[in-house]
Amino acid sequence: MELSITNPIVLAAVTVGGSGLVCGALLAIASKFFAVKEDPRIEKAQDLLPGANCGGCGFAGCADYAKAVVVENAEINLCTPGGNAVLKSLAKLLNKDATAANRKVALVACNGSDEHAQRKFLYNGIADCFAAHATGGGDKKCPYGCLGYGSCARVCPTGAIEITDGRLAIVHPELCISCGACVKTCPRHLITLIPETATIHVLCSSKDKGPVVKKYCKVGCIGCTLCTKQVENKEISMDGTLATVDYTKPFDGSKAIEKCPMNTIVERRMTSAREELGQLELAE
Amino acid sequence: MTTKATYTVPGGIHPKYHKELARDRELETPTMPVLLKVSMSQHLGAPAQPTVAKGNTVLRGQRIGEPAGFISAAVHAPTSGIVKAVNTAPTATGAVAASIDIEPDGEDKVDPGLQGNANWQQTNPEDLISAVADCGIAGMGGAGFPTHVKLSPPPGKTIDTLIVNGAECEPYLTADYRLMLEQPERIVEGISIIQHILGVKTVRIAIEDNKPEAIKEMERAASKLHGDIKIVELNTEYPQGAEKQQIYAVTGQEVPSGGLPMDIGALVENVGTAAAIRDAVIDGKPLTERVTTITGVPLQRPSNVVARIGTPISHLVEFCGGVNNSACKLICGGPMMGFAIASEELATTKTTSGILFLAKSQVTAFSSTPCISCGRCVEGCPMRLVPSELSQFIEAEDYEAAEAMNLLDCIECGCCAFQCPATRPLVQHMRRGKAEAMLRRKREQAEKK
Amino acid sequence: MDNKTNGPQQYVVSSSPHAHSGDTVRKIMLTVIIAMLPALAASLYFFGLNALRLVLMCCSTCILTEAISRKIMGREAAVDDFSAVVTGMLLAFNLPPTIPSWMAVVGSAFAIIIVKQVFGGLGYNPFNPALAARVMLLIACTGSMTTWTMPGGSFMSVNAATTATPLGMWKEAWSSTATAPAGFFEQYPIMDLFLGNQPGCIGEVSALALLIGGLYLIWKRCIYWQVPVFYIGTVALLAGILYAIDPETNLRPDYHILTGGLMLGAFFMATDMVTSPITKKGMAVFGIGCGLLTMIIRKWSGGYPEGVSFAILFMNALVPLINNVTKPRTFGHLKAKK
Repeated sequence: MELSITNPIVLAAVTVGGSGLVCGALLAIASKFFAVKEDPRIEKAQDLLPGANCGGCGFAGCADYAKAVVVENAEINLCTPGGNAVLKSLAKLLNKDATAANRKVALVACNGSDEHAQRKFLYNGIADCFAAHATGGGDKKCPYGCLGYGSCARVCPTGAIEITDGRLAIVHPELCISCGACVKTCPRHLITLIPETATIHVLCSSKDKGPVVKKYCKVGCIGCTLCTKQVENKEISMDGTLATVDYTKPFDGSKAIEKCPMNTIVERRMTSAREELGQLELAE
Repeated sequence: MTTKATYTVPGGIHPKYHKELARDRELETPTMPVLLKVSMSQHLGAPAQPTVAKGNTVLRGQRIGEPAGFISAAVHAPTSGIVKAVNTAPTATGAVAASIDIEPDGEDKVDPGLQGNANWQQTNPEDLISAVADCGIAGMGGAGFPTHVKLSPPPGKTIDTLIVNGAECEPYLTADYRLMLEQPERIVEGISIIQHILGVKTVRIAIEDNKPEAIKEMERAASKLHGDIKIVELNTEYPQGAEKQQIYAVTGQEVPSGGLPMDIGALVENVGTAAAIRDAVIDGKPLTERVTTITGVPLQRPSNVVARIGTPISHLVEFCGGVNNSACKLICGGPMMGFAIASEELATTKTTSGILFLAKSQVTAFSSTPCISCGRCVEGCPMRLVPSELSQFIEAEDYEAAEAMNLLDCIECGCCAFQCPATRPLVQHMRRGKAEAMLRRKREQAEKK
Repeated sequence: MDNKTNGPQQYVVSSSPHAHSGDTVRKIMLTVIIAMLPALAASLYFFGLNALRLVLMCCSTCILTEAISRKIMGREAAVDDFSAVVTGMLLAFNLPPTIPSWMAVVGSAFAIIIVKQVFGGLGYNPFNPALAARVMLLIACTGSMTTWTMPGGSFMSVNAATTATPLGMWKEAWSSTATAPAGFFEQYPIMDLFLGNQPGCIGEVSALALLIGGLYLIWKRCIYWQVPVFYIGTVALLAGILYAIDPETNLRPDYHILTGGLMLGAFFMATDMVTSPITKKGMAVFGIGCGLLTMIIRKWSGGYPEGVSFAILFMNALVPLINNVTKPRTFGHLKAKK
């Protein structure tokens, strides 16, 4: 067998190899000419971010946020899943101060599980709070209570919301990244983002008067105002017939909890859970 | 004078009608309850504003709720008595609206200020429309659209065909049937008033062919009318009584998507509404009572009653001898489009055409099992939609895709879910999708501004 | 929907409608099973113990694998909708009488696990499970799947002499000697084919029994007439045209209709709700497509004398497309007038 150019094997090798070389050269030239000048720090910042694309920072994803912190001078403390580690490394990269953000977590302002709050009928239909709320006004007797069909849990990107056996949504603060998806979803507007440092909560959203609340819920706020008298600087005030906590200032609410006749006011520490989880991760 | 309908709705279903339960029960007037609960949201559109306060004395027919906006209707006291409370109460849909509790004084004194107009043929249409508005008439077929709005087409739109809806295609209900049988003159006088208001010559009275007696009675009474009058005998098929489908069955014309019947020159009024218009114009009587069928297998004595608006359902149930404990579902309206309600405390409204109890054995529970693509919902849909695919898009929360498949044309008649062998809650899916689509439209409009 | 709750008896509240036709998936499947009984009787009559063996093997394997796979996949362990029984019976109907039991078991497991449950269970499977399993067996175990015997003998001892199916005989003769098989029409009088006295899969031989079942399904509104009518009609039309062109080389149309799996396919397989279109127009298109492909395979394919399974499976794949194209015009969406 002769190795001339007419040999089909050689011909094929030469053609394919040759066209590959030519195309490669063209690409190399094109990349030089059409190169977009981009701040190299964007790519570095993106590498530092966790890459979960949760949207908790308010941007479309990690790449978008990376661009925003470098180009648009966005706050560097917005990445909740990344926590302090990401904050510090971003600060180092961009020569900024690492001031931790006031972290927020979601809170479901209702404690009326089936054990405590009554239902007025047997709902039969789509297991979705929006749909249930629109059918006969929702099956919970309390028009403000958590329906427990889990729409918030389904939209939560980190699975931080659990629907208990008593058909009540509860947030696991250590998993919450405060993206706000549940807040938008809840048809009864029961979920709010509160500072992580808050410890005292009124777990009720009912605007009904006391006697009405008492009829359908054992743990609802009846508007007795006792709690407001147990705090010094109006940290708990009345919004109509509903006790409301002022989350801007930390305070001692132990007396209020003690006095609340319905056990509507509870103490729940949001930070400790996250710290425990953080230590666990570090240990690993 | 009677003709068979040339067209039948696309799709449609043949449920078991169970009309025999109450069909032969003559209209009765129950006793006055101890408390009437008059909702301010008895019609489509903005709820009325209460104009009385606790402790006020009211007379029958006295206005107690002012219409709030263009699409709204006035509400009147159903009897004389004392206002016990002005509070809120849930409506049949579960929404909460203002409500006035009236304790009847037993005398049933009529407001002396109410004036009838026996001379209506010489009165100009505008005054008659305002008489209808003053009496708070709203469509009595079920949706409760304020009648005076329907009777005032905007300039440029003319109505050439009046269709009087006596189809009563909902199973169980016999309220319109009894009305046509016992008081056809009231309906016919109402029709001629509408003819006078709109200057309409062509009148079609649409009745399903499972009500031959009603057709006979209406034919006899309608001989007094002038113009091109015909009774149209519709095939018995649900939903022949739905507005758009009925117009098609009678005229062969389709109301354009997103449009109104007046776009093709048609107006549909329920027989009960026609009778109420007659009372409002000739007697000056506001709408304070209506025929309601109260029926169902678990009910002791199914009946057709002329009950005051605001009568608690529990009172009517008592009048009908009570229900046995097989009752599993309580429905305000008919079984196809009515609203299931939680409690007998709810009171009747202008749109309560029926109250229905279903026994446990009659209720098929919905379950969200997968669609098996049998195509029965497509066959049954009177709007020629594809409910199976629509519901799957909505389940996946892809509302835009559902909207592109004409989700918003759905009339929620329930044919699809009635047919579905997988017992999927199709209508609930449609409602959810429609609500989401409307929200999205609102958001987009707000963004544009 | 038990009245569990707090307090006295509570009403059920759901979205409208509150009435239902009463036809559930379970009821439909039961009706299909009833409709298959005449064909089952015919198969027992013609193939005796072998038919009984295959039906029992397939049904029990289908029910068992359905229950197990649902449990493993964490789905509700609901086998009470009878769809597994339908699949098992259909697959058994599609097997030749002498096939070893283990093949029937493997086919049944394949139908339920791979074709049905892996895709998500009843409602999500794009292909008819029984058909896909038959085709799998046909390709994997060609020998056993194409060994045919004449019906007959007593119930206990069946005819062991192998023969070819009418369609196979016809095709074989034409491809090897280019002449019609000798004594073909004498060997298979048309009445024998109609009643089922012919070699073939156990459930496909008796056109009469299948017709009774099919008409029962149409009467019970479990299937729409569009699919079988357009399917068989297309086959008849094409066979008729071919026969008119050249009656020597082409089999008579009545033979095309009464032999092979056409009747079984048209009434019981192509009409499978999950894997057929949802609009009536779509069903017509689907039927025509199945007929066209069946005839193309029967007439022009190299190795396969029979094309019903391949035709239906291929059309199954086109169902989403057909649904899309045959979407009805929504009421009130009129074409703009010019």
